[in-house]
Amino acid sequence: MLLQKKNLLWVVALVIAFFVPQMITNPAYRQIAVITLIFTACATSWNMFSGYSGYVALGSAAFYGTGAYTMALVANHMHFAGNGDMFWLVPLGGLAAVIVAIPVGLVALRVRRHTFVVITIAIFFVFQLSAINANFTGGTGGLTLPYVPWQIENYHLPFYYVALAILVFSILLSVGVRRSRFGLQLLAIRDDEDRALGLGVKVFPVKLTGFAMSAFTVGMGGALYAMMQGQIYPQFVFDPMFDITIALMAFFGGFGTLLGPIIGGLVLESAQQYLTVTYSNGSLYLILFGVLFLLVILFMPQGIVVFVRDRMAQRQDRLESAAKTASSETPVAQGAHS
Amino acid sequence: MNSSALIHAVIDGVLTGSVYALMATGLTLIFGVMDIINVAQGIFVILGAYLSYALSVHWGIDPFVGLAITIPTLFFVGIAVEKAFFGRLKGPEKTAMSILVTYAISLVIEGTLNMVFTVNYVQIQAWYVNKSFKLFGVWFPYIYVFGFIMAAIMLSGLYFLLYRTRFGASIRASLADQTAAALVGIDVRRVSTICFGIGIALTAPGGMIFGATNTFNASTSYDLISRLLTIIVLGGMGSLGGALLAGILMVTLEDIVGVIWSPVWSTLSFFLVLVIVLSVRPQGLFGKQSARVA
Repeated sequence: MLLQKKNLLWVVALVIAFFVPQMITNPAYRQIAVITLIFTACATSWNMFSGYSGYVALGSAAFYGTGAYTMALVANHMHFAGNGDMFWLVPLGGLAAVIVAIPVGLVALRVRRHTFVVITIAIFFVFQLSAINANFTGGTGGLTLPYVPWQIENYHLPFYYVALAILVFSILLSVGVRRSRFGLQLLAIRDDEDRALGLGVKVFPVKLTGFAMSAFTVGMGGALYAMMQGQIYPQFVFDPMFDITIALMAFFGGFGTLLGPIIGGLVLESAQQYLTVTYSNGSLYLILFGVLFLLVILFMPQGIVVFVRDRMAQRQDRLESAAKTASSETPVAQGAHS
Repeated sequence: MNSSALIHAVIDGVLTGSVYALMATGLTLIFGVMDIINVAQGIFVILGAYLSYALSVHWGIDPFVGLAITIPTLFFVGIAVEKAFFGRLKGPEKTAMSILVTYAISLVIEGTLNMVFTVNYVQIQAWYVNKSFKLFGVWFPYIYVFGFIMAAIMLSGLYFLLYRTRFGASIRASLADQTAAALVGIDVRRVSTICFGIGIALTAPGGMIFGATNTFNASTSYDLISRLLTIIVLGGMGSLGGALLAGILMVTLEDIVGVIWSPVWSTLSFFLVLVIVLSVRPQGLFGKQSARVA
């Protein structure tokens, strides 16, 4: 079963991902690789709830920031030494995000569609403004984490593998949910929530569970990011661009598909970083990014994955019908397939 | 805290709130007719502000006179954007997709504005911008009063268009039910295009007042759009009266919190109120109970 063609591709991808840091040794590029993995994991996890259930949440940065602040506050108050032990706080950041996500979900999931979108944005701002104004968060100055004294050449290596592990975890979770009864319930909610309710799906608990589950990975991503940076600021870990970016990744690749956010994350984040590096002029980069994004939405509205899949299915159809036409002499059959 | 500061907060809140209401009306009109959440509304406000700014700096045209140029310009920009992008949006994810499309549009405009005007903060200047007059012992800044009067005129004009003209009737019909409107012979496509134009055109006067009362650059639009969205959701999406009332209420509340508590928490109160209201009344203050959408 492991050696099926489809699974083989995943294994190959994982092996390649494993050796990427050996191929790129420049610390700046390695950092980009780590951030790309974190964002891709967050996009996958976002899609696991929003893509499957149709509830487009634009406030995930609240969970990202919660993870980051949990890492910073716990590491400082428990006097962690700056070493690998701090990685144990990464799942704790995820857990904190889940604990925060439950009351948020209790409020936000009562409303649907566009109102849900806006209320998640509003809740996000409540978090961001609290982080900026509260005392224990250090205000706009942010927080400094225990210094991790690793050599600069290989500083990002451990972070890379932890980020990869988070990504693999989020993909496995997404696959698991997709194939489970729970995942079918989420899809039923997306298709028709009232009918799902009528058919006996316990809509609210299902939504809340999905929402909280997706916060876990995002919180872990935030915690890892905070540890790698060594310093966090409220406006960077509670960043409205984060919300939009992971939603873009999912839509770019294919909303509600498994592969979509992974491809979207890898392509978009690396493209974004490349454009930023190439055009240090931020304005030109904004324009290019916007235009690229418009083109994809207008010409591949369902995302790259669905677009490619449809093209391949069409090609398959053409090949099959050509084969049938060639094998049959009757004009009727020809007409039926043209 | 003293009572005179509180009175000022209320007056300033009502006067500036009316301008926010004007900008939010455009947003809610677009949503109501087209099911599009126009995230680019914030950057269009800034675009309007920059147009007024450029006219007054380069040709010395008074910002209020300049509206005769900026309003039609933004109206046609709106029409062009609608024609280019929104005809293609269809299907169940239309509203979600519209957020992404308009976000991409706002990125392009933001980049362009940054290139043309740089990222330095600017403010529109005129003789009345930093002057006040005293009435009944209370100081009124001219610009707030002028802005309030203009917003009132614009909103009355919009009211007249919607409730006293035949075209307005077809807009209201499309607001109520697009399918039914199409069935009785209304060209919903055309109505949508023009509504989008009107919605964007309303950002010209809104942006002008905003640009005269605040320093701004292109990235100010993020703060603006989050406020505008909060206002229209609170008012009930697609409800014009709701946007008007919520705009004034929210900005006044923010000013009052700023005075009696601390300016630091005033913005937070803005979003907190939304969260509280929506958990009690999910459809907003004046929203229709959302119909079941197949």
